[in-house]
Amino acid sequence: MADQTTNPIAFVAEGTIPPSPPPANQTGVVKWLRENLFSGVTNTILTVLSILLIYVLLKNTLPWILNGVWNADSLAQCREILDGKTGACFAVLTERWHQLIYGFKYPAEAYWRPNLAFVLMLVALAPVLFFDLPRKLLVFTALYPFIAFWLIWGGSILVPIVALLGFVAAGVVFQKLGRNSFAAGFFGAIVVALIVWNIGGALIPEGANEGAMLTAVPSRDLGGFMLNMMLGLTCVSLSVPLGIALALGRQSSMPLIKWVCVIFIEFIRGVPLITLLFVASVMLAYFFPPDSTVDLFLRVVIMITMFSAAYIAEVIRGGLAALPRGQYEAADSLGLDYPQAMRLIILPQALKISIPGIVNVAVGLFKDTTLVSVISMFDLVGMIRGPILASTEWNGVYWELLGFAALLFFVVCYGISQYSQWLERRLATDHR
Amino acid sequence: MSTMTDPPKADFRLSMLINDTRYRSLTFQVIAAIVIALCIWYLGNNLIQNLRAAGLNISYTFLGDPAGYDINQRLIEYDSQSSHGRAAVVGILNTLLVAFLACITATVFGVIAGVLRLSNNWLVSKLMAVYVEIFRNIPVLIWIIIIFTIMTAVLPGPRAFRGDNPTSSMLFDLFAFTNRGVYIPRPEFTNGLFGATVLNWLLVVVVLIGSWFGSREIEKRATLKQEQTGERPKTLVVKLAVWLVPFALLMVLMGLTWDVPALKGFNFSGGIKVGGPLIALWFALSIYTGAFIAENVRAGIQAISKGQTEAAAALGLRQGRIMNLVILPQALRVIIPPLISQYLNITKNSSLAIAVGYADITATLGGITLNQTGRAIECVLLLMLFYLTASLMISMVMNIYNASVKLKER
Repeated sequence: MADQTTNPIAFVAEGTIPPSPPPANQTGVVKWLRENLFSGVTNTILTVLSILLIYVLLKNTLPWILNGVWNADSLAQCREILDGKTGACFAVLTERWHQLIYGFKYPAEAYWRPNLAFVLMLVALAPVLFFDLPRKLLVFTALYPFIAFWLIWGGSILVPIVALLGFVAAGVVFQKLGRNSFAAGFFGAIVVALIVWNIGGALIPEGANEGAMLTAVPSRDLGGFMLNMMLGLTCVSLSVPLGIALALGRQSSMPLIKWVCVIFIEFIRGVPLITLLFVASVMLAYFFPPDSTVDLFLRVVIMITMFSAAYIAEVIRGGLAALPRGQYEAADSLGLDYPQAMRLIILPQALKISIPGIVNVAVGLFKDTTLVSVISMFDLVGMIRGPILASTEWNGVYWELLGFAALLFFVVCYGISQYSQWLERRLATDHR
Repeated sequence: MSTMTDPPKADFRLSMLINDTRYRSLTFQVIAAIVIALCIWYLGNNLIQNLRAAGLNISYTFLGDPAGYDINQRLIEYDSQSSHGRAAVVGILNTLLVAFLACITATVFGVIAGVLRLSNNWLVSKLMAVYVEIFRNIPVLIWIIIIFTIMTAVLPGPRAFRGDNPTSSMLFDLFAFTNRGVYIPRPEFTNGLFGATVLNWLLVVVVLIGSWFGSREIEKRATLKQEQTGERPKTLVVKLAVWLVPFALLMVLMGLTWDVPALKGFNFSGGIKVGGPLIALWFALSIYTGAFIAENVRAGIQAISKGQTEAAAALGLRQGRIMNLVILPQALRVIIPPLISQYLNITKNSSLAIAVGYADITATLGGITLNQTGRAIECVLLLMLFYLTASLMISMVMNIYNASVKLKER
């Protein structure tokens, strides 16, 4: 005890010690690296291997891309400019740009028409893709197919106008008759449309395409990436309604309708798209009236539409099956008939569930439009493999061209799938 | 229900065909039947008229005529004097060959990529995400053409292997990668037990199947012992022996030698030649479909709730056994159905062989035979029949599997 008085306490803390920073390997970059890249032996090996892989990839491609030549007339000239260095010859893209995009037969003075159609397409798609935009824009979307047809194919403006009139008349009839009975309105609309088209078709003079404001372009002159876009957009938009009809038909309680739909869907899903394209190119012509000529573009559109409609039908069937039984029963108990129940209760919900699936089918379909190059249509891949690689100037420029095609498809498809994911989050009504 | 009474039959009026739910579906079906019959009649009539105008008929006798074209890649005997029918069979076998090979490698790629994408390693999971996105979003046709171009334009010709200072050399002196195809050593039996090579190979397969049953028996006994005594005997060495010893004995007995490809004159001879188109198609289908399978595998593993892993860990299982005993058996239930539809897609996408000149059924029957004979309708119908049969068989397998792994609920 005496010690205490003689030896005062050596140290008394008078305030709190300031917190010392955590060890260097527990914070910031170092911690992140340790946890995510070097947390164990296997992980470290994997990291090193990945870095090695990235290094090898970049070492081989970066100089090739950075040294790229953008201005030259032929591969030989490209090699001259490069002078033995490794480098890409992107000049082929600039020199053959028009061929890659529009095909090699589309008239050069008319390139503005597909360009305009493309810009208008973005405007027409906007209200479909983004719900926040004013609904009135949908009127333009409805008009767009006719405008685009006129712009791209040119010829007499009467053709798209008659087609439009047919649809307008059908719409009016459906409004009038469909109020009482859906079936009457539906079939009445079809009959009226057919009548309008027949009368209109008879009224269009024989030589209407000559001297028209826009020169007529036959569809065999379409090509390049434009053809891929046109096929993709046309077939997807046509196959969604057909797919809905098939899905509803497959759910139907009438055995005949059900089995027709089942057989159609299973048949189409069981065969590869190539065989259907063969049907379009060599077989379908036999099934049209003997003196009619249906051009290849239309035949291909018919077959691809059937193809994607079968897949979309399966997606929508999934959506219909996912709805609880109570929704159907609730619609019945409200006294709605079948068309009303479908239009007001079932389909809005089922389609919402199916949107991601439909977008997947659309992406797949857009990629599959490259297959038309097999039946000698000159889409982007067809142009690259045919006229461009076969030409004497650019014989052997594989990577630049194929890389360009791959990049173009990647940008579009990746964009669509990102949109689909955004939409899925947007439409999610459950609170997780 | 008891309040509803059926109106008496005597009151039947024509309007009831539309307005009465008892008759309406019948009415609609009759109308539909008439419309369908009219459509078929219209199309059939057009077909008959067109065929008559072109002087054609529908007949399958052309299948017996000599084909007159050669097929490089073939699994059975075939020459240009063989019939169109035999060419189609060669094509079918080639389709099945490339589909089979691609299914195996696509599964391997897909499982590796799918598991690695869930890895804790940030770099690896991002790399795998890039792989999946790049390959899913670019058409498979472009991949096939790119890999075919690598095969033909980048790989050296046989000439590069010649001379004292060759610019290219064979891998391990066993494999030759040339622009005419890849040459790999071919196993041969110098004193096989049977005259025919096929029977010798069959014997090898039988022995391997026997080993499989043997190792399964060992596993079963080990499990039994574990249940009785609580200790699991070490089975690895015994199992390896069961696999290797009979196989090695058989190989020595039959005198296995390797026919290594060698440069003779202007080309390689000996060994097995795997053509460039086959490799392009095989590899492209594998990496393309692998990206889709990776997504299926990832979704399957993520579908198993975290509680399962934690429960298994609470029971004291180690990481590897958690995966094998708890996660995978449940994840497989989710993974297998989409996996089988991917196999279906591979089979259908293998028809793109025509783009690189691989002689599958589409290229032989739907390509050269169709062009030579002009029998468009017959060829396309046969082609569709083949693919339809293949897909129906694959979906049948899928349904059987689905029924067998379905959760057995009370």
